[in-house]
Amino acid sequence: MNIFVNGNKERIEPCTLAQLIAWKKLDAGALVIELNQQIIKQEFWPTTELQDGDRLEMLSFVGGG
Amino acid sequence: MNDDVLLLGGKEFSNRLLTGTGKFGNHGQIPKMLAASGSQMITVALRRVDISAQSENILEYIPKNVTLLPNTSGARNAEQAVRVARIAREAGCGDFIKIEVITDMKYLMPDNWETLKATEILAKEGFQVLPYVLPDLPLAKRLENAGAAAVMPLGAPIGTNRGLETKPLIAMLIENASVPIVVDAGIGKPSQAAAAMEMGADAVLVNTAIATARDPEAMGRAFDLAVKAGRTAYLAEMAEASTLARASSPLTGFLDE
Repeated sequence: MNIFVNGNKERIEPCTLAQLIAWKKLDAGALVIELNQQIIKQEFWPTTELQDGDRLEMLSFVGGG
Repeated sequence: MNDDVLLLGGKEFSNRLLTGTGKFGNHGQIPKMLAASGSQMITVALRRVDISAQSENILEYIPKNVTLLPNTSGARNAEQAVRVARIAREAGCGDFIKIEVITDMKYLMPDNWETLKATEILAKEGFQVLPYVLPDLPLAKRLENAGAAAVMPLGAPIGTNRGLETKPLIAMLIENASVPIVVDAGIGKPSQAAAAMEMGADAVLVNTAIATARDPEAMGRAFDLAVKAGRTAYLAEMAEASTLARASSPLTGFLDE
């Protein structure tokens, strides 16, 4: 199935949000996730099954003034 | 000084220097700068992660006793600013939000109209809204009425270090606003921060001038001293300037007179 991660189309096998983040080796502590414009708190990542066409925003805090 | 507590968004601050996390050579300088400056509030931004690169979590460099002020930089309209604010709060950054809506990429001028719209929405949702604006008195009153926790007028365009180019306009806000006025952007030197505080600003926000100094830690300390000097001078009520000289020493009773 296809999902969009930060605007880019990606082909993935069905999985949960937690699995996707683990595969991408991202630092979970620093991540803020928006799925179809809904913020998903970290405690719900393992139970959030990704669906075809989902739009994910993977964000983090950075330096800024 | 008993009255020298800044009440901002329902929270008390004993330090009136707000700082930012942008442009530091390395993140390790941030906690050192915070310790040296005594700053109790610091800005952060929210961006898409670079999936291909490992990046540090900037929040780990900010001590827990320092209040986070996420900004909405990158937003080009009120809707985007509101979205970023909600994400930042959900991410555990608290209720404070600096509204920054910029459509002009040449001078990075804030879009006052979109900023007002975002402030109206977010204040209703319980955010402590600190809008970054071009100083404009009627707008400041509208922001107040919308529930802004403070108004943050720019001294000069972001990152220019040119100081208080908008000084007379900021003075109008200071004289007439009922919410704190925090001079944000453009302050390049401690003396300019002191000048802002002398004229009665409630606080200043300094990022570039500290972060890009050769020694950000020492510059943080210098800005802290300048802010305290300016604040103390304001509270002491300065003597008036005059065109003609007024002798400080007695003009009579000298030797042979």
